[in-house]
Amino acid sequence: MTINVAMTVNGKAASGKVEARTLLVQFLREHLGLTGTHVGCDTSQCGACVVHLDGKSIKSCTILAVQAEGGKVTTIEGLAESAEKLHPMQEAFRENHALQCGFCTPGMVMSAIDMVKRHNYQLDEATVRRELEGNLCRCTGYHNIVKAILAAAPAMKSAGV
Amino acid sequence: MTAETGIGARVKRKEDQRFLTGTGRYVDDLPLARATYAYFLRSPHAHAKIKSIDTGAAKAMPGVVEIFTGKDTADAKVGGLICGWVVKGKDGQPHKAPPHPVMALDTVRYVGDTVAMVVANSADEARDAAEAIKVDYEVKPANVDLAKAFDKGTPEVHAEAPGNLIYDWEIGVKADVDAAFAKAAHVTKLDLVNNRLIPNAMEPRAAAAEYDKGTGNYTLWSTSQNPHVLRLILSAFVLGIPEHKLRVIAPDVGGGFGSKIFCYNEETMVTWAASRVGRPIKWTAERAESFMTDAHGRDHVTHAELALDKDGKFLGLKVDTIANMGAYLSTFSTAVPTYLYATLLAGQYTTPVIHANVRAALTHTAPVDAYRGAGRPEATFVIESIVSKAAAELKMDPAELRRKNFIPADAFPYQTPVALQYDSGNYPPIIDEAMKMADYKGFESRRAEAKSRGKLRGIGFSSYIEACGLGPSRVIGQLGGGVGQWESAQIKFNPTGNVQILTGAHSHGQSHETTFAQLVSDKLGVPIENVEVVHGDTATTPFGMGSYGSRSLAVGGSAIMKAADKVIAKGKKIAAHLMEADVADVVFEQGTFKVAGTDKNVPLGAAVFAAYVPHNYPLEELEPGMDENAFYDPSNFVYPAGTQICEVEVDPETGVVEVVNHTAVDDFGNIINPMIVEGQVHGGIVQGVGQALMENAVYDKETGQLVSGSYMDYTMPRADDVPSFKLGNKVTPCPHNPLGVKGCGEAGAIAAPAAVMNAVHDALAPLGVTHVPMPATPQTVWQAIHGGK
Repeated sequence: MTINVAMTVNGKAASGKVEARTLLVQFLREHLGLTGTHVGCDTSQCGACVVHLDGKSIKSCTILAVQAEGGKVTTIEGLAESAEKLHPMQEAFRENHALQCGFCTPGMVMSAIDMVKRHNYQLDEATVRRELEGNLCRCTGYHNIVKAILAAAPAMKSAGV
Repeated sequence: MTAETGIGARVKRKEDQRFLTGTGRYVDDLPLARATYAYFLRSPHAHAKIKSIDTGAAKAMPGVVEIFTGKDTADAKVGGLICGWVVKGKDGQPHKAPPHPVMALDTVRYVGDTVAMVVANSADEARDAAEAIKVDYEVKPANVDLAKAFDKGTPEVHAEAPGNLIYDWEIGVKADVDAAFAKAAHVTKLDLVNNRLIPNAMEPRAAAAEYDKGTGNYTLWSTSQNPHVLRLILSAFVLGIPEHKLRVIAPDVGGGFGSKIFCYNEETMVTWAASRVGRPIKWTAERAESFMTDAHGRDHVTHAELALDKDGKFLGLKVDTIANMGAYLSTFSTAVPTYLYATLLAGQYTTPVIHANVRAALTHTAPVDAYRGAGRPEATFVIESIVSKAAAELKMDPAELRRKNFIPADAFPYQTPVALQYDSGNYPPIIDEAMKMADYKGFESRRAEAKSRGKLRGIGFSSYIEACGLGPSRVIGQLGGGVGQWESAQIKFNPTGNVQILTGAHSHGQSHETTFAQLVSDKLGVPIENVEVVHGDTATTPFGMGSYGSRSLAVGGSAIMKAADKVIAKGKKIAAHLMEADVADVVFEQGTFKVAGTDKNVPLGAAVFAAYVPHNYPLEELEPGMDENAFYDPSNFVYPAGTQICEVEVDPETGVVEVVNHTAVDDFGNIINPMIVEGQVHGGIVQGVGQALMENAVYDKETGQLVSGSYMDYTMPRADDVPSFKLGNKVTPCPHNPLGVKGCGEAGAIAAPAAVMNAVHDALAPLGVTHVPMPATPQTVWQAIHGGK
């Protein structure tokens, strides 16, 4: 049985026919070709699949596509204003060498943006480390990810994003 | 080039733009028209006879295209997977090499062994159909406990390896070591288990294959660290597809840490089946499959003894190790606990005689092979644990005991008693710097302050050496290695002056696209934005050995420098012609050919353009074009070394260990991009801390079930498990490669486990605890404190 779903993804209307069991991440990757959102595990532990749904970070492997019906989804592809002007969090990741293989990066960036906003742009190292509990990285040892997020918080505030 | 982008500069990475904007291209991201999807049915038993497989109901499931079992591969005469390193035992015989079929034939030998492959129109349909396959197993007793693998009565994994023994190997002269021990004033003894790890690159392994009926060409996209070697193995040993008819592409790969070096069943099957199905096939491992079937790491049981004289000088070291190979020999498994482990047992010390005996065992568990450090972390853990234990027993400062035994700076090149000749190094300034950065002097007051809060604080050292950038090929061949250990490079200028560097190395996080561009930009004076690094495709890059063993810069970077020298040499001839000068008078400075003492000059770009549009060009003596390639075979290994100091606090009530400070000072030789090198060390340290405190691949000793088979059971280090790190560096350039570089990719993971565990032991020493097994989980530590209650 297929079901029609419709939502807004990165500011554009998106719709498709999915199976009831289709996960949001499958809809994004396989139906819309938005392969920036990754799948790194099958137990909702690694956070490679984090996207924003109606402004909040969620694990897109743990929600059905039909549950996002009518919602506003932002993925890593929808963050930057342009190729030249990245989101301050993306810029901070680049400046601080907060990524190596790049696989966890989209989920890290999406989680980090939500984290900064939830803490009203005020973060310290211990908070950042605690808040990253839902995202695994095997390359960076987290050192530079933490640095990047701490640097991005004031940059996001002054950019008004 | 300029100071901002040249050698030594913290150049921001070229690869970041695509990874930060979601436009990286990993294997699973590939859009393949008319693709089918594979799912592998895996053994739920560690050891069982397959009595029958009924695929009838499964074949009738919606969307199913085809189902293959071991019988199909046997009928088609698909070869088995190979082990590419022949280790000869004490008896002079090559190691036992049991068959490794790509699909189980009549027996399954570990939980996860491949039983059937379902190909369907969607991944979900393939998975659904796999559930409908009926396999009748006759379950048999399993051999899971490594310490008992050779015991009489332990079930045998393969008839070809009686008693589960793959080899019984030794290095060093036992009689000399025994004589040294007879003169010892003190002997420190140590029993340890180097815990089994699961690599867990964040991108699961994946493969996609396509067969072109018209040309007979196969294309395999694989999460590989070494696509040419994978193609060689598939062509020459397994599938028989000629190399020129098989293109292997390793696109963006999300981490490897060794686990993506090897040739696995799944990529083999996907390639083989693509021509039979007539449509492309995609497969991506679920994380549970990664846990079960990626080659695991470490897993040693070791007894070691260190003999010291009355002043604390090391007289001799003996080591006896059982190394787990798992159920089948993975691609380079045999070399890891021998030539990458026992040859490192001198560490940074002048220990005059060393003997090591290594027995490799089969068990009914997943294959074990190289994982970040591969043998060298195991060696470092033995040495650095026993040295710290000796210091504690002799009531000596652990730094002082190390310093007393360091190889002195004037002793290089230094021949160790276990085959290696260290080319360069200077260890005392490294430990001095590390102690300064870690404020070693202030430690006792921090310990006292922690005690006032009810915490036990400890400090631990680990002074490691590693041998990486393997080579020369001749020596590797003498030791049984089945491949060369050179690397290739091609520097291809385009007529308009921009450059492609084609490398046989492969980047899966290590930042080659930036570091290698820096090399060429610096050497040839081409702006870095005009330099592009191409890697990971057998159709476009020269044959190369790939990336592992911290070799890419030392070996691959050296090949690039050789190719750049050829560009300069050819450019000089072109420039001499254009300037009507003698070649001998032409010099190359900052991207421009000049005639010394004159104002004549030709920019490299002009020479390149002349080479592609050779209207005014010495065609009778020089070929057109600017496209130079080089192969570099190293004359020795490189020997990075360093000291890590870890400080922990233990909560005696709960057994929780917190890493509060961690300092690493390394000698990686010359450094091209410090930002990237620091990132490698950070990541390595956390993998080492993970091994020391959290990670453990646990199989149920009776049933062989993988108990720690998900992220809910296998504890991966998370951001709040580790602190930020203090890093320093000292430089003794490598004397035998053109860049003076050593490797940095594995160092963090090699040194950290011993540093952390020594700190844990130091913290618990006041309670009389002398041994805490690794990983020092809260439960383990609590039991050590409370006497195993």
